[in-house]
Amino acid sequence: MENSPLFKSGHTACAGCGQAIAARLVIEAAGANTIVVNNTGCLEVFSTKYPDTAWGVPWIHSLFENSAAVASGVEAALIYLGKKDATNVIAQGGDGSTGDIGLQALSGMLERGHDILYVCYDNEAYMNTGVQRSGLTPFDTNTTTSPAGAQSSGNIRPKKPVPEICLAHGIPYVATASVGFPQDLSRKVKKAISIKGPKYIQIHASCPLGWRHESNQMLPVAKLAVETGLYPLFEYENGVLTGRKQISPKPVEEYLKTQGRFKHLLNNPEEIKKIQEIADNNIKKYNLKLEA
Amino acid sequence: MKEFVEGSHAIAEIIKATAPGVISAYPITPQTHIVEDLAQMVANKELNSQFVNVESEHSAASVVLGGSATGVRVYTATSSQGLFYMQEVVFNIAGMRLPVVMTCANRAISAPINIWNDQQDSISLRDAGWFQIYAEDNQEVVDFHLIAYRLAEDKRVMLPVMVCMDGFILTHGMETVDIPEQEKVNKFLPAYKPLYKLDTAEPISMGLLADPDYYMETRFAIQETMKESVGYLSEISKEFNAVFGRDYQDLLVEEYQTKDAEKVIVAMGSVCGTIKEVVDEQRAKGKKVGLLRIITYRPFPYARVYEALKNVPKVAVLDKAVSLGAYAPIAVEMKAAFYGKKKGPKVVSSFVAGLGGRDITLESIHEVFRRLTVKEVNSDFIDLKPELLKEEYGE
Repeated sequence: MENSPLFKSGHTACAGCGQAIAARLVIEAAGANTIVVNNTGCLEVFSTKYPDTAWGVPWIHSLFENSAAVASGVEAALIYLGKKDATNVIAQGGDGSTGDIGLQALSGMLERGHDILYVCYDNEAYMNTGVQRSGLTPFDTNTTTSPAGAQSSGNIRPKKPVPEICLAHGIPYVATASVGFPQDLSRKVKKAISIKGPKYIQIHASCPLGWRHESNQMLPVAKLAVETGLYPLFEYENGVLTGRKQISPKPVEEYLKTQGRFKHLLNNPEEIKKIQEIADNNIKKYNLKLEA
Repeated sequence: MKEFVEGSHAIAEIIKATAPGVISAYPITPQTHIVEDLAQMVANKELNSQFVNVESEHSAASVVLGGSATGVRVYTATSSQGLFYMQEVVFNIAGMRLPVVMTCANRAISAPINIWNDQQDSISLRDAGWFQIYAEDNQEVVDFHLIAYRLAEDKRVMLPVMVCMDGFILTHGMETVDIPEQEKVNKFLPAYKPLYKLDTAEPISMGLLADPDYYMETRFAIQETMKESVGYLSEISKEFNAVFGRDYQDLLVEEYQTKDAEKVIVAMGSVCGTIKEVVDEQRAKGKKVGLLRIITYRPFPYARVYEALKNVPKVAVLDKAVSLGAYAPIAVEMKAAFYGKKKGPKVVSSFVAGLGGRDITLESIHEVFRRLTVKEVNSDFIDLKPELLKEEYGE
């Protein structure tokens, strides 16, 4: 990949960081006429350590949970200045800052109808602080605060359905994407910014450190999440399901065995069965299965 | 133009005159009338602002942070729990050197829940890097908001300003207030031109991570600006007087009958009106008493306080807030102002009054003067009800 003028190389992300690739894809799809508002998290820390910045667009970080609200203020100021039509506003953050501590601010932004694209980089735990579980950590995941042990097989609840929560706000566009499918990701960002109003895209972004896989496995691991049905890719326009990535479903075990965070499950067919059920429900719900 | 108006409405009128591009707020008593009036002005097309109705004070502060970073003048108002819910954003705004202006309608802090006035809320955020200016009456409330924008947006300053006014007493109080004409406002307060802003024509990054090699200097820079601003305040006050004909002198303190005084009360906010009445009454009887009113609490005017009180034998500090487990907040500053100095009062006694809206009456002030003796006291509560304390502990 060539160096990007909008998200430059030289930042301090880990080798094989899915979020770094996803963030670059997002800003390149959105283009130079974009203001980015970033929550605290890995992306903020590795891309803007003073005196350096990776960003070639106007970029602001305030706090952990308020990018949706800060972006609301940016958008309001742009309307006041008569510059909104010429400027995209993107608010972004990780799964914890979006779906846990920042959910209220996100809901406020969606409900007020701001013309903002919110991007959630979902690596399924608080990676920046050392892999603690978040509301978007999958069922049975071994994290530092949902550890597997004699009486635990990891995180006790399934992922919080943030795309569905956003959808319930009646916003014009909600989609999921994956760093494993970059063209699809870029297309969705371009479509989202072409629509006026609040938009939400949640991007599955693999994290070699937190998921415990080799750094050169970032793409294949992300792909497997989609191909097993565990991370369904879909898009809703005005509340109607208009797009989905169809798959020839692979067994979830193929995905689970690639990562240390699921290692404790591999000799536990009962737990794997439960996870297969989650994938099967997704496949059914979004009609993901390719016709033979 | 002189109008007989509610304090909250007077603020809305002056904020309208300053023409902020973004206003954001979340309702909390006793701040509500201010933002209701502003919302109506926007609805009536009298005010061209983006009024953002948010889901919390945390977001209200975040919205004005974002608006200010995008290069427009912004306004918010809150109170009590709302200010506390904003707290991390409040610190963040100062750290990012954004010239936000906020009204704090001073109110007590939970628990127990209490919507009435004291000054615990803003005083608890004294270390945030905001100017804190306390008004005595609603003319000052109006004038201090204009001064606040001038100060905050001064290129030598670039720090946020909190205008503090006693909840209900001022927010809901009706007074005759001279609302400045628009031409005069424009003369005193030029349009806001930011030093830096989020602009696609000139991309910059704001709010970066500063590691131990860089963080400390950012705090030092704010501390230095605060120190230097003591002088800017009197400069701005002079210009204000030239345009509007109201003289707030150095804007740091007001000296009332302090020159030859033997006993002086130090206080802040609307209670100073009551104290002045007692001082007048005592002076008429030949008693040498006075008042030193703190106007600017941050930065704290140590040098001015020293000059004003260095020859006064007895000083009573009247706090409408507490620092539980320590000396009361203004009392701490007063003791610091004289520590290690050649001159100064023999006695600096500290009194706490008016918490949670308990009336501070003329009699309360007389009681403070009576208790101000050669024996120094600390955090002596005025107007406690012994019968309630009995009930608390049992017999």
